[in-house]
Amino acid sequence: MKFLVCISNVPDTTTKISFTPDNKEFNKAGVQFVINPWDEYALTRAIELKEAAGSGTVTVLNVGEADTEPNIRKALAIGADDAIRVNAAPQDAYFVAEQIAAVAKEGAYDVILMGKESIDYNGFQVHGMVGVLLGIPTVAPAMKLDLAGNTATLEREIEGGKEIVQVNTPFVASCQQPMCEPRIPNMRGIMTARTKPLKVVPAVGEPARTQVAEFALPPKKQGVKLIDAENAGELIKLLRNEAKVI
Amino acid sequence: MSVLVVVECDKGEVKKSSLEVATYGAQVAAQLGTTATAIAVGEASEASLAKLGEQGIAKVLYDREPRLKDFVNNAYTKLIATAAGQEQAKIIVLANSNIGAAVGSRLSVRLRASLATNVVELPKTDGGRFVVKRGAFSGKAFSDVVLSGERKIIAVKKNSIEAQHDAGKTAEVAAFAAQLADADFADAPQQVVMQEQTGGVLLPEAELVVSGGRGMKGPENWHLIEDLAKALHAGTACSKPVSDVDWRPHHEHVGQTGITISPNLYIACGISGAIQHLAGVNSSKVIVVINKDPEAPFFKAADYGIVGDVFDVLPKLTAAVKALN
Repeated sequence: MKFLVCISNVPDTTTKISFTPDNKEFNKAGVQFVINPWDEYALTRAIELKEAAGSGTVTVLNVGEADTEPNIRKALAIGADDAIRVNAAPQDAYFVAEQIAAVAKEGAYDVILMGKESIDYNGFQVHGMVGVLLGIPTVAPAMKLDLAGNTATLEREIEGGKEIVQVNTPFVASCQQPMCEPRIPNMRGIMTARTKPLKVVPAVGEPARTQVAEFALPPKKQGVKLIDAENAGELIKLLRNEAKVI
Repeated sequence: MSVLVVVECDKGEVKKSSLEVATYGAQVAAQLGTTATAIAVGEASEASLAKLGEQGIAKVLYDREPRLKDFVNNAYTKLIATAAGQEQAKIIVLANSNIGAAVGSRLSVRLRASLATNVVELPKTDGGRFVVKRGAFSGKAFSDVVLSGERKIIAVKKNSIEAQHDAGKTAEVAAFAAQLADADFADAPQQVVMQEQTGGVLLPEAELVVSGGRGMKGPENWHLIEDLAKALHAGTACSKPVSDVDWRPHHEHVGQTGITISPNLYIACGISGAIQHLAGVNSSKVIVVINKDPEAPFFKAADYGIVGDVFDVLPKLTAAVKALN
């Protein structure tokens, strides 16, 4: 079974977000980048399924410029076998989906996994687009993924419940918890990752269909109004008469 | 040219988030001088669909194919694409839900449309550009995005638009047959399992949410959260450590790697407010924090706070709500 795991390079979850003075770009200065936390579920589950089967390969794919390579190496250290980097700054979800679809077609992957969404763009788009571009099913967002031969059984989260879905390979799934416990690299993994193959390929496809005009930060909170614990009922009155939310 | 609105229904009723989507679609149509048509998916009743007139919808299309009752990615995509073709819709509006966003991404490829998800405001259409504001960086920022394609798909974030209720107006409900084939249902679910929700309130749709963290000390104390939630008709939620140790089910976990909610009121009980938790709730309109530690970081993001023991404070709040009602 050939697994393709798509990872994106995102600001660490604790990052204080700021933008360039013209508000056109994210300010990367001093920001630590990590593998998108949702993608970690996809990566670990692919490695677990490969190990359980006793055969197969896990290829990690990133669409990004050279500065994403430390996190690609981290994915290799966690246990992916090889990596592909499409050498382009991701423009929008469709652009990224086109790159993934091109790589997936070229490599004839059986299972294409990625996180539910990236924590920077919060799109929840790429997996569905890749499925249509390749003419294969997408299951999103998946909380559970098991494989028996060429048939996968997945639990798909819906509002208020879940669906049990079966699909045959090839397919796309976007992953979220509680699919697995994401792994962290060990020393041996870090050593072997240095020599694992990382191929760089050029971008393909059409121009992006969306453009970011401007970023903005949410309005600042006024500051907390404290209510005495002895007089807690006062809060309910404030919520009705002042905040008008109940 | 018209605006097509995708309306999700459940147990005969239109979901609250879809009433918001219908309002959004009707207002976009008004901006552009056209009308809004809805396509209904899921289990709908004729009466609830006709009531979409209150949100400004002129006509509702409904395909009575029984297999469309449950979400089927391919079939829903084809159904909506067919409706968009019939109505010559250049703009499709849907909910930023697990159904709407999943279908939206598939449709955007099929229709070669520009797609924006997580949209929080009506579009700005001056200067010949079509610009929507959407949430980014896990609620820590917004971005204005230009949709430059001829066709556009917009997934509207829950609880960001207030549903309009123009009493007495009705929409025409028209039969619609997308002529779906068996192959379109190949990815149909084998089984659908619904979870029990506190007080029957679905968390992602809830306007009010009461949430508990590790400060609740154990699942046996959750009745304090549930009592307040039931008195308020609120949904219940929890922090990641709580769902990690199985005090509460995963579907209640809100945060960076759980679900994102934006209710009118979020009451956090015994939650310290790690930045990963805030990412799931920071677009709530009003945040209340109850914590015995006055240094808990959550107080910085709160509108109202009580420094106190949740075991003392929660029963007092529940009693105060009951007294008010």
